[in-house]
Parts: sequence; structure tokens; C-alpha cells
Amino acid sequence: MQRIGVFVCHCGTNIAGTVDVKAVAEAMKYENGVVFSTDYQYMCSEAGQNIIKDAIKEHKLTGIVVCSCSPRMHEATFRKAAQSVGLNPYMVEIANIREQCSWIHKDMATGTEKAIILARTAVAKVHLNAPLTSGETPVVKRALVIGGGIAGIQTALDIADAGFPVDIVEKLPTIGGKMSQIDKTFPTLDCAACILTPKMVDAAQNENIKIYSYSEVSGVKGFVGNFEVTIKRKARFVDETKCTGCGLCTEKCPQKRVPNEFNLGMDQRRAIYIPFAQAVPKIATIDADYCTMLKTGKCGVCSKVCTAGAIDYTQKDEFITEKYGAIVVATGFNPIKLDKYDEYAYSQSKDVITSLEFERLTNAAGPTAGKLLRPSDGKHPHKIVFVQCVGSRDTRECGKSYCSKICCMYTAKHAMLTREKYPDTEVYVFYIDVRTPGKNFDEFYRRAVEEYGVHYIKGMVGKVIPEGDKLIVRASDLISNEQLTIDADLVVLAAAIEPDKTARPLATMLTASMDTNDFFTEAHPKLRPVESPTAGIFLSGACQGPKDIPETVAQASAAAAKVIGLLVKDKMKNNACVAHSDENMCNGCSNCAKVCAYNAISYVDKEFRMPDRTTRVRRVAVVNDAVCQGCGACTVTCPSGAMDLKGFSNKQIMAEVDAICK
Amino acid sequence: MQVNEFKPKIVAFCCNWCSYAGADLAGTNRLNYPADVKIIRVPCSCRVNPLFVLRAFQRGADGVIICGCHPGDCHYTTGNYYARRRMTLLFSMLDYLGIEKERTRVEWVSAAEGAKFAATMNDFVATVTKLGENKRLEDLRCKK
Repeated sequence: MQRIGVFVCHCGTNIAGTVDVKAVAEAMKYENGVVFSTDYQYMCSEAGQNIIKDAIKEHKLTGIVVCSCSPRMHEATFRKAAQSVGLNPYMVEIANIREQCSWIHKDMATGTEKAIILARTAVAKVHLNAPLTSGETPVVKRALVIGGGIAGIQTALDIADAGFPVDIVEKLPTIGGKMSQIDKTFPTLDCAACILTPKMVDAAQNENIKIYSYSEVSGVKGFVGNFEVTIKRKARFVDETKCTGCGLCTEKCPQKRVPNEFNLGMDQRRAIYIPFAQAVPKIATIDADYCTMLKTGKCGVCSKVCTAGAIDYTQKDEFITEKYGAIVVATGFNPIKLDKYDEYAYSQSKDVITSLEFERLTNAAGPTAGKLLRPSDGKHPHKIVFVQCVGSRDTRECGKSYCSKICCMYTAKHAMLTREKYPDTEVYVFYIDVRTPGKNFDEFYRRAVEEYGVHYIKGMVGKVIPEGDKLIVRASDLISNEQLTIDADLVVLAAAIEPDKTARPLATMLTASMDTNDFFTEAHPKLRPVESPTAGIFLSGACQGPKDIPETVAQASAAAAKVIGLLVKDKMKNNACVAHSDENMCNGCSNCAKVCAYNAISYVDKEFRMPDRTTRVRRVAVVNDAVCQGCGACTVTCPSGAMDLKGFSNKQIMAEVDAICK
Repeated sequence: MQVNEFKPKIVAFCCNWCSYAGADLAGTNRLNYPADVKIIRVPCSCRVNPLFVLRAFQRGADGVIICGCHPGDCHYTTGNYYARRRMTLLFSMLDYLGIEKERTRVEWVSAAEGAKFAATMNDFVATVTKLGENKRLEDLRCKK
């Protein structure tokens, strides 16, 4: 018979506001097996934990129920408290009377009644709890970073600095990500390339970092501390070990009409290419979609000019498998496609561009060598209209309901730089709100308005009509309540940002959860912002939500710190709530092994002593505790009822059902 | 005012990774749903043995709902597919026994869908309330 203690938390007024906590504690005193019951203002505080510890010692409690917030919040806290006074941590059950009771009900009577039932259910479960111990498995001291943008690079550098090997997997031929396409960074107007490229070189030269460029993660197995990842190295038809990056092939290739994605299709590159001069690794890649040799078998110019003999037209996709202890997701973002925003004439006129395209136009390494020229006729624009929130804060189906966060600041930067370089240009910015929270951000925006004379107009643009070589912008000024018509030369759209499209399939592989916008969910929005709820998966940069560069770098380093904290451990505690087979009941049918997603179940021949003193050999299931993740699929499949899950046993769940339906 | 308004007993099995977190989010966002719903936390929807559902009905539950991660998003890769198959079979059997199909449900609620959780529960409770008390599978020996 268990001796159970019940501890009811007020959580300030969070629980006590709609649940009569005293009545709950009182009602629990009459439950079977409960020898102690009390309430306290904050059970998770030190004083509250001491109440629990003292009661365990004083009343020789064998199990406790804490009626408080969600177990996802403080189960670990109370388990630790119990453990410190010698009670097995798995003898602790939480009745969730905050998130699932007090916060959703407004009426005291209803809340109290439900809280009593929830507490009773937890007591019923604790009766059947058994002390559990968890095994240990060694941690693979190597990390994987998926995505080689500034987030991934920073995370990898920090982990490598701590002395652990890191691999970066980047889907493009070079690392660098979006930041490599940007010209200047707000609010200091640092040159992006000047602060990014040294980091790229650092990453390439760091002996702890291995870069798999032009590669993708194609499979993930295992669990925290012991992931097994398959990396697909896409065929680039160039031998990485031989290519010196001289670039001769990229000048001689006769296929000149390939849209250059690095410049967002505003100019052309060859079929064999190095994305940009500072690319890391600086290795040429053949674009199989355009290469004449690969398509028709006739050409071979690049292989003729390559003095290193690096060209290999027979190269195939290669799959490699590596083991990692931790995985960092840094897949980043992309601007949304604007084909559904016809009102801005993006697909009709070449002179309606996105902000990222504007970034390339003003970049010295861009298609116009840094001169701001209209894409249509190469003339200098004299009137530029910037449109904010294109797709952001837009609750229509084609838009994104969230704020993309970075657009206000980069538009202020674009406007300011335009006015600085070309004082003869008039610049208009249409906005819903200007959002500038951040260090020196608002000062930056005010400089754009006050010093540089950028016209900020509150209001949205209704339509952009291409007319001759002009773009007629129809908009409303919400403050003076006027309709405006501006004949602009160039229209720049601040397109909303969305997670990279590779993030969704990756999340499925990693079993990491995502929100409805496909941003990765963090383990706790405030307290664990760089970890995924899935153990061993960490989040870095804009894959978790829109972020500017300083925030991305901060989160990247934070994720690295968490990874290092994991990798310094030699061994990881396993999940104690694993499946267990009763060998006396098991008939060796193999059904459990078939449903196990982790191959945790194997079969052994075991000798059993029969009643007539003979022995018989029988095949029985054995669960590998280190591999079992405790989902319970096998327990339901087992026809003889031999398989059960520790911590969530059939009897425990039945007892909960009974208590609820009582 | 109606005296002795019928309050259904609803058992909700929620997987730890998605739906239980979704239920927590509904609470954090203070989204209302009836107190008739009581949640049992299970590691995965595939942990829900059809026997648990039968037991609930036997003990007088008026409705049982099983919530898991969206297909493809299961924390254990394939658990929710097993749950879906098992429950499809079980529910058709229950229907044969006279437990209306509306009393049982499998729903996918992710950790980010607090609003969906509350809406699902509101809808389910309303449906079960309309059906009234479950008498068909109730074990009278369980009633005092």
C-alpha cells in the first residue's frame, strides 16, 4: 500500500483564482492511500519544494501528487526535489490544474470540481507507480549543423572553439546564406561581406569543422546523443579534392544563358559556375539542368580547359552516414513568392523588384556593379517607392499573418543609402506601422526621415500600374486622408519572409515540431528558446522565427552553448519509461518487433522450468532499454498482453480512466 | 433554468508531444472549453489500447476522443498511423454495438494549435451532449 502525499499549488492567483485550492487539498485527504495533503502559494519555489521534501521524510511518503501547472513545465523540478530526499523520481505525478483547469474555466465551482477529479486521477495513477531507474548510453561527441548561413556558421564556429568536431551541411555550392547577398547591414551600415566572409573562411580553415556543401540531409535515425544521419552529397561533376577554384572553366563555358540565382535572376551565369568570388568552398559546380555535355554528350570545354583535371561528368550522388550527438537546425528563410500580389505588378514590370533584388542592385558585386539602375532600361531611377508589409501582417490566404520583423529596418537602410548615393532621387516609403525595437534602431529610422529627407507616408499602396517607362503608384495617405498618385521609376516591395521550403521535410525527419507557419517550435517560448521539444535538436536563426542578423548570431551562439553542454557529457541518461515484456506471458509472436520504429525489440531463446520439473526453451521478446523511446506502439499490438510500458502501464491508464469516470 | 442539466463525461487521450502541449497552449491562451473534458496524458496516440476506450465506455463515459500529432509529424515517426488504424477498426465495431460514431473521435492537434484544441473540444462536447447519456456499453455493476 502506498503512502501518498498531495500538494496543491496556488500558483499565486493563477490557480487559486478559479480553483478553491483549500477544498481540493481537503478533498484529497479522504482519498484512498493519501496520508498527507496540503496547499501552498508556490510549490515550485524553494519554500514549496521544502514542504514537499519535509513531508516525504516526516510521513514516509512512497508517492506524491503535485497539483500544479503542466508536467511539461515543472515535472522535472518536482522529480528532482523528491529524488533529493530519497524518493524515486518516478513516484511523482502531476495533476495539471493550471493549463487544463484554472486557466480555461471562469467559474470557481466548475474549476474546483474538475481540479478534484484531476487530482483524484493522479492519486489513482500513483498507487500503481513503481520506482524506475534509467540506464545510460555514451554520447557521440560530434555535432551536425544543417544550413550554412550566418546562423549555421556562428553555431559551428562556437562549437568548434569548444573543441568538438562539427559538420555543416549546406544545400547550395557555398556557405554564406542570405547574408552573402546583402550589401550593408543596419543600423551600423557595416559592409555585410566584410563581416561575413572572414567568418566563412574561419569555418573553412577550422580543423574541427567539416563543410558538406551542395549536400542535403536525407535521413535521420537515432535519438539524442546518438543520431545517425545520412547526408546526400549531390553530384557537382567536379572533383572537390582537385578543383583549385581558378575559375577558368566558368569563363570558357559556352552555355552563357543560365539565370544567376545569386543575383536573383537579374543577370546570367554559365552552366559551370562558382556562385560568387568569396564562395567557400571555392569549387566550381556544374548545373546539370543546363550543361550541354551532360544533356547531349557534346561539348566538354570545361574539362579541356581545367588544368587540374577536376571535371568528372560521370559523378553520381553519393550518400554518406555519420553519427552525431546533437543536431542544430539553421535552415533560415526566404522571401515569399509574389505571384499572388498582382496589384503591385511584380510579374508585369521588371522595375518592380523585391528588397533582396534591390540589395543585389546596390551591391558592388551585383549585376550592375553597385550602380542603382533600373533593370528594364539601365537608366538611373529618380523616384523610388518602397512598399512595406507586402505579404506580412496580411491575414489573407496568400499572405503571412505575422510581422516579418526585418523589413522596416532594411527599408530605412535602403532609403537612406539611396539618398546618400543619389541625392537627386526622391524616395517614398509606404508603411502600416514603422517598427524599430532594437538597439539604435529607432535612431537609425529617424535619421532616414530627418537627415536624409525620406518621405514616410502612412498608408498602403493600392495598385501599381506600368505606363510607358513609368510606374503609376496609387496609394492613400491615412494621416492627411488623401489619395496619392506617384509616377515612380522603381518600386521596391518588402516581401514577407517565410521559412525555407526544405524545413518542413526536415522537421518530419527530425520529428521536431513546427508551428502553422512552418517555423520550428521551441521547447519553451521564453525559457528554452533555442531547443526543440525533441531532445538533441537545437534551433538557430530564422528557422525559428523572423530575425535580424544580431539576433540570429545571438541565438546561434546560444544554441552552440546548449550543444556544448550536451557534448561535454560522457553519458546520457536514457528514458526510464520504456517498454518491458513479461517473459512468462510472451509467446514470441514478433508482432511487437514489427511495429517498433526503433528496432528496439529482439528475441532470445530462454529456458523455462515447467511444473513437471522439465525445462523447455521458448522464444521471448527482449526490449533494448537504450534504444526504446517509450512510445508504447508495441504494448497495444501485443496479443498476449505481455508488453507493457513503464510509467504508462495498462493498469495505470485504466486506473486513470476509472477515476475520471467515477 | 433547466434542472439537472446533462453534463457528459468525456475522456480525452492526448499524446505528450503534440496534443497535450496543444491543450496546454489552449490554457495558456485562456481559451475556454467545457470542464467535462478530462485529459489523460499518454506518450503517443499509439499507446491508447482499444481496451482503454472500451473501459471508459464501460465505466460510464459518454464520449472518448484521442488526439495525436498530425500525420507525418509523429514524435515516434509512425505511432499516429497505428492509432488511426486501430481506432478506425474499433470505432466501427463500437458502432455495431450501438455506440454512436459521434461519441468517438480521433483528432490531430499539434503543439501550436491551442485554438484548434479548444474548438475541437467545444465541438465534441456539444455533439456528445446532444446524443445524451451513454447507456449501451455501461456496466451496471460499476454503478453504485
